[in-house]
Amino acid sequence: MEKKLVKCNINGKDVETYVDVRASLTDMLRNDYRLTSVKKGCEVGECGACNVIIDGECFNSCIYLAVWAEGKHIRTLESLLSPDGELSDIQQAFVDEAAVQCGFCTPGFIMTAVKVLETGKEYTREELRKQLSGHLCRCTGYENILNAVEKTMKKRLGKA
Amino acid sequence: MYDFSALYEATSVQNAVELMQAHPSAVLIAGGSDILIKMREGKLAGAELISLFKLDELREVTLDPDGALRIGPMTSFSHATNSPLLQQYMPALGESADTVGGPQLRSVGTLGGNICNGVTSADTASTQVAYDAMLEITGVNGMRKISIHDFYKGVGKVDLAPGELLTGILIPKESYENCFGYYIKYTMRNAMDIATIGCSINVVLSADKKTIQRVRISYGVAGPVPMRARSAEAAVNGQPVNEATIALIGDAVLSDVNPRTSWRASADFRKQIISETARRGLRAAVERAGGVF
Repeated sequence: MEKKLVKCNINGKDVETYVDVRASLTDMLRNDYRLTSVKKGCEVGECGACNVIIDGECFNSCIYLAVWAEGKHIRTLESLLSPDGELSDIQQAFVDEAAVQCGFCTPGFIMTAVKVLETGKEYTREELRKQLSGHLCRCTGYENILNAVEKTMKKRLGKA
Repeated sequence: MYDFSALYEATSVQNAVELMQAHPSAVLIAGGSDILIKMREGKLAGAELISLFKLDELREVTLDPDGALRIGPMTSFSHATNSPLLQQYMPALGESADTVGGPQLRSVGTLGGNICNGVTSADTASTQVAYDAMLEITGVNGMRKISIHDFYKGVGKVDLAPGELLTGILIPKESYENCFGYYIKYTMRNAMDIATIGCSINVVLSADKKTIQRVRISYGVAGPVPMRARSAEAAVNGQPVNEATIALIGDAVLSDVNPRTSWRASADFRKQIISETARRGLRAAVERAGGVF
């Protein structure tokens, strides 16, 4: 099958590789770059487990062709790891609030939370619910996830 | 890995037309939220794809010299919602776009794809119909312009000949000027759901805001394709802003629609929702326009 050179920036690093044109972005991130925080869940854009940030917007990488990543800036959960291995505030909040059980949905949720938090805006709980509505979690019942995002938002805004 | 046999990435509209001529059986893919999912289901197996993804010139929302809003058909739902021009002149379109699926889907799905797939439940389609959108379609013989009302030919069928693609969605100035719109999506879930009924309504009030000069109301899932409720519009045009007019539109829309029973909802239930969304939508649109009941 035809392969195509895809140059992009992943987690702050310029990279390039030849990918099968039939590959999804999930395939490329997992198989070529070993970024396995990007989960293969439903693979039809419903569950959000493969969510990544592309040029500042959230996308389900399972329904995004790898070749479309040409020239894009992509961020995955791995970008949150600090040099000394510490968790970021939003990851720590997920731990503290018991917002993680099996953990499969967590990277997707956190990348949406990262995008939401980076707007620097204060959202109501209802607005946060809508912002996070593209993710399925079968363990937690969502409340703890909302708590974690809300708590981090308030902390960053100096309101907690 | 997707099961397609070739991917041709268009570099311009002209190139897309050439690719369609060279590969007549190929399927066009814009944002991918329909085509890639069909492919996962095993449909379209082995198909050739022509990707429009990199045609950034089709992703802009601009104002034409004659005042028409020009929406690039590759504009994503979230970009439509965040477009300053749309927020200023017809926020109802961005609001309807903001009800599609979930946030990540709204990054990828496009306003053009939402009508080119010919689906009645498409959330932005009823609003495009309610604003009398004009469509620019480009093919081998150049560009032609048609009304969105003539574009829909049946379930999943639109007026695109082989070798043609949608290159512009135009909202004429008279459609949005002094006009206030509202979209209601009725669903079982608050997100990631397909409309049981979608109702898009917009009004122009008289200068004293006591009379409805013009109403346009359009539905998704009330028939095989997004449709206007023309007799209800005729009944309400010129009526005063009062409760009797709200009651009138709720009854009048029923003579225009033809909903069906599906696993999502029965036809009778849909009729009830159609009436109710007409009443609530008219009230909301009139209030946005400054009318008081």
